[in-house]
Amino acid sequence: MYRYDEFDQRFVEERVAQFRDQARRRLSGALTEEEFRPLRLMNGLYLQLHAYMLRVAIPYGTLSSDQMRKLADISERYDRGYGHFTTRQNIQYNWIKLEETADILADLASVQMHAIQTSGNCIRNVTSDPFAGAAADEFEDPRPTGELIRQWSSLHPEFSFLPRKFKIAVTGSPNDRAAVKAHDIGLRMIKNEAGDLGYEVIVGGGLGRTPMIGKVIRDFLPKAELLPYLEAVMRVYNLHGRRDNKYKARIKILVHEMGEEPFRKEVEREYARLDVESLAAPAEEVERIQAYFAPPALENLPEESKAFERAKTADPDFRIWAETNLHPHRAPGYTSVVISLKPVGGAPGDATAEQMRVAAEAADLWAFGELRVTHEQNLVLAHVKKDDLYPLYRKLAGAGLDSANRGLVTDIIACPGLDYCALATARSIPIAQRLTERFADPKRQRDIGPLSIKISGCINACGHHHIGHIGILGLDKAGAEFYQLTLGGDPTETAAIGERAGAGFSAEGVVDAIERLVDRYLEIREPSETFLQTYRRTGAESFKDALYAEAG
Amino acid sequence: MPLLNEKGLQEEIWRELEDHEPIPLEGDVIVPQARLEEALAAPRTGRTGVALPNTIEAEALQPLFNRLSLITVEFPGFGDGRGFSIAKRLRSLGWRGELWADGRVIADQLAYLRAVGFDSARIPEDLFARQPLEDWLTAARSISAAYQMEERAPGVASILERRKAARAAKG
Repeated sequence: MYRYDEFDQRFVEERVAQFRDQARRRLSGALTEEEFRPLRLMNGLYLQLHAYMLRVAIPYGTLSSDQMRKLADISERYDRGYGHFTTRQNIQYNWIKLEETADILADLASVQMHAIQTSGNCIRNVTSDPFAGAAADEFEDPRPTGELIRQWSSLHPEFSFLPRKFKIAVTGSPNDRAAVKAHDIGLRMIKNEAGDLGYEVIVGGGLGRTPMIGKVIRDFLPKAELLPYLEAVMRVYNLHGRRDNKYKARIKILVHEMGEEPFRKEVEREYARLDVESLAAPAEEVERIQAYFAPPALENLPEESKAFERAKTADPDFRIWAETNLHPHRAPGYTSVVISLKPVGGAPGDATAEQMRVAAEAADLWAFGELRVTHEQNLVLAHVKKDDLYPLYRKLAGAGLDSANRGLVTDIIACPGLDYCALATARSIPIAQRLTERFADPKRQRDIGPLSIKISGCINACGHHHIGHIGILGLDKAGAEFYQLTLGGDPTETAAIGERAGAGFSAEGVVDAIERLVDRYLEIREPSETFLQTYRRTGAESFKDALYAEAG
Repeated sequence: MPLLNEKGLQEEIWRELEDHEPIPLEGDVIVPQARLEEALAAPRTGRTGVALPNTIEAEALQPLFNRLSLITVEFPGFGDGRGFSIAKRLRSLGWRGELWADGRVIADQLAYLRAVGFDSARIPEDLFARQPLEDWLTAARSISAAYQMEERAPGVASILERRKAARAAKG
């Protein structure tokens, strides 16, 4: 993974000192709260319902075991002993004091981390495939691109006061695990007919109040032209994006209102004006970054591991876990491991300091000291020998990190909701907790198969409900929480926005409603058909029947 | 109104045209964009500057570059970043004259303003009273090296160039 050189290190240290001075000026009154707000946001500091929240960047979701241990330390020293991993592969601390923030940022800098641009109207932390560099279906590791963009976009003079936040995601696999079509810019690494590497550039995707699937505005952008092309897109957005209404300020609205073709022309016109060569990243810099992502030294192993097979026979719980929580690795005898942060009754994505340390230790022992955070709010160990899976599993089980539910109905994504968030209109976490309790039976979960439920506590859609197979949106109706369902959403290369199912449900009724949906699916599915496939085959009507049967 | 950059307060010799005031024939005057044609047509001896809103298409001004000495770009609020891109455009179109950011920008933006091509920021008195020169100078110095290749404020080094130099030194 990437390591800071002396220049990166100095940069984050200066940034900490700068924030210290900004906080001092806020306290002295030199900065008004209005003026301080974007400055603290661009260091990841939000004012929430009960306290400040600090969102720490985990660039493209990759971190080292030492960094994970520091995150654990910070959670104990400055927070309440836990952290919350987010859908943008970051971690949030929910109980932060303003006067301690600079110290936390200094602690982060000591392990080559920061909270730069995890909030604010700027280019946010770049996200990527959690199995990058390991997945069997990948043809190029997307993380060097992520790191290149991280550096280029850090404190970018021109693009730090955009109309609204700006999210970029990169994938290097045909199977999209980074939801690139739901981002302001999605980059899909591809090869053209000549065999050259480049990007398909997708612009104007996003969730929030007006969910949209991104549009391909460049079929093939040569790899070397990435930064100049991004600059052209960003400039068109910065100049023309709406600033009169924050709910219409994202680039998706600009693309939509201008029209896809005029927008593309405007970007190409801007691009034609640029001196592409002088803006492109120097080849030696690209190589320098690339070198940090060289694959770890993997052994030549047989595909099948005897130790793994034996353990599966001996321990049925392990076998069940291994069926769901492994992801195919490109090297024989290796696998990627998903550490679920979705225990029954838990808050999705939360990890205690102890759990973070156990995950870090497991990474040191069996995964080259490296971890990933997924946008599903789980952790990943990317390169694990199948031979080592059983001791790894035992270690995880000892810390409550052995939930065997990756991709299943209890692997729920949820935003912090009204328990923490100042914007929320309803609670998310308790709904997730009750759903996991309702579907706790492992056999039943496995029978239901792949099914993603995503919960947002307001229309800003941080819980990505639009792209959940079943989406739950929590709203406020005359002072009471109620929940709207959407069906058929999909974050992958076959991306789709879920369709509204009809009238909403009370907090008490929504869990029963989901259960009716799931039962209907089980009734009508064809053999080996997933929920999403059944939904696409049959359409919404049969599911709506099930949802509203009682009312009728 | 105070005009400043990382070198300190700058002398402000320009006069801004009042509404409905006739175009003066002498002296250095900043005119609103709507009256630029009129000002350029007048037999003036002084220099002419133009105050642009941040909704301008920079290209429209290019034919007039050689008849202007100053361009100011409006910042209605510090959060409205259009001016950064307009400056970038003006510079890439070949504007070599004075360029000011005009409005409620804050000290922490000075380095960014300089990086995209502004020479100075002209800020309201009340803002200057709250954010004295010292704050602007400190903020402008807070980050010594930047990742961007093109846009850097004076005195801000290029991280990429430093890396290159470090590699060369190692041989």
